[in-house]
Amino acid sequence: MAAPNIDIKYVAHLARLSLTPEEEKKLGDQLDGILGYIEKLKELDVTGVEPTAHAVPMVNVTRADEIRPSLPHDDALRNAPKQANGLFIVPKIVE
Amino acid sequence: MLNQLTISELAAKLAGREVSAREATQSCLDQIQRVDGKIHAFISYDATDALAQADAADKLLSQGGSGASRPLLGVPIAIKDVLAVKNQPLNCGSKILGNFISPYDATVIEKLKAAGAIVFGRLNMDEFAMGSSTENSAFGITHNPWDAERIPGGSSGGSAAAVAADECLAALGSDTGGSIRQPAALCGCVGLKPTYGRVSRYGLVAFASSLDQIGPFTKDVRDAAAMLGIIAGHDPRDSTSVPQPVPDYSAALTGDIKGLKLGLPKEYMIGGLDAEVKAAVDAAVKQFEKLGAEIVEISLPHTDYAIATYYIVATAEASANLARFDGIRYGARVDGNDPIELYSKTRGAGFGAEVKRRIILGTYVLSSGYYDAYYLRAQKVRTLIRGDFLKAFEKVDAIVTPTSPTAAFKIGEKSDDPLQMYLSDIFTISCNLAGICGVSVPCGFTQNPKLPVGLQLLGKPFGEETLLKIAHTYEMNTLWHKQKPAV
Repeated sequence: MAAPNIDIKYVAHLARLSLTPEEEKKLGDQLDGILGYIEKLKELDVTGVEPTAHAVPMVNVTRADEIRPSLPHDDALRNAPKQANGLFIVPKIVE
Repeated sequence: MLNQLTISELAAKLAGREVSAREATQSCLDQIQRVDGKIHAFISYDATDALAQADAADKLLSQGGSGASRPLLGVPIAIKDVLAVKNQPLNCGSKILGNFISPYDATVIEKLKAAGAIVFGRLNMDEFAMGSSTENSAFGITHNPWDAERIPGGSSGGSAAAVAADECLAALGSDTGGSIRQPAALCGCVGLKPTYGRVSRYGLVAFASSLDQIGPFTKDVRDAAAMLGIIAGHDPRDSTSVPQPVPDYSAALTGDIKGLKLGLPKEYMIGGLDAEVKAAVDAAVKQFEKLGAEIVEISLPHTDYAIATYYIVATAEASANLARFDGIRYGARVDGNDPIELYSKTRGAGFGAEVKRRIILGTYVLSSGYYDAYYLRAQKVRTLIRGDFLKAFEKVDAIVTPTSPTAAFKIGEKSDDPLQMYLSDIFTISCNLAGICGVSVPCGFTQNPKLPVGLQLLGKPFGEETLLKIAHTYEMNTLWHKQKPAV
């Protein structure tokens, strides 16, 4: 069974990753190879098998809905590439 | 030389006031000065801060402040660059975090500090923990202390190399598909991956949230047991941490494994296994029989599907976890005319090739039209793989395997073929998928060149007491771990 060819441009856009044409070609080839290997999972019969999302059988871990101290404002901004007036500066989102 | 001691040896000397924390710390710093130019285990370290911590520890020691409440008082422990240490850099081996300084301590770091440890250094790693050789770091390659032309393993290569080269008394690393156990094997030290949920992941930069665990690199199993006792425990800040009480792991090291059953998975003695690795593991199995354990052949029938499963599950989770690196709130930023362009350019410039490869693969297997065929199917195979182990553990107390199919390979040998690199994780990867615990201990060496070989023991979920008892008993009767590289 051949793996479908990855549409690298489309997936890179989904992942918000800008790639050079060389990277697109190289990644495309490498990933086609890796996907070819992964095809072997289709050999298995998984009828009736429940998926495992994570290995420990814990569900619905919650805490009481109480306000608690969180990361101080200044600490949160400390590593900001661009900040002003206690806010992160971002490019214009809405025209 | 104080840097060459184990934690238990140094802690005894410190408590007895034979030596000072400052002397111990200086001894590590001197060793780093002497050998790290060649090994490059450390991305950075703050000597002034380490010595200040040492002085504070000495003050407490003079007041009689060690013992049970602070078992690591004055002991220098180095940290993989994937864990948040307040006011220290955090880069995860990547350019994308720029000049990030952690605003808080990870839970494991809080615990180490409460135990009195001198927490220092940022140890080199594959970028965002993605790799098996530490060749994917944006901060240079780490060299194996046993042979500078060879890799130390990965992704926690810096941690393993630093402990093997006596640059610190112990180190922390993280393990998602083998990233503690494999470098421990390749560098000749002890590396423990606790059961998923045993140790809090709060403050660990996430790679694959259902697979990641933090664990110690140490010079012997006794130290690993001590470290586990300190870092383990439920943490309300990590909703995947399990409210299981922490036993006294050190008390479990009785040295007696008579009657314990050890499983040998028939699927693991495969073609690609190096002859010298096989010989060392076979000898270890004979040693276990001499020590009174019973060897049982078992089957883990879905072994062959583990790597494919992992590279779907882990990359899918990674693609989600790494979405936060977008140049907005932290890290390096490349500007764009709109947010999408900013994100794409920032991430394109900031991530290395392996990370990009895995993000693309992960995004693809989760994308519309492919989710069922890949991700959902992989999650079902994961159930089958976990089932294999749980079934085996009905018959045996632990499972014995080689840690890695080969000893350390040469730098550059596999870096052009990602799939070849992935296949070298064959023995370690299932453990993370199944959520069980595993440890690698030294079990011999190859000849020409002399390179360490690691033996892996896999234990039941929350079965670290038995696991460490078996590992410790083996170690006490073979002494491989006492051999050090000539750096």
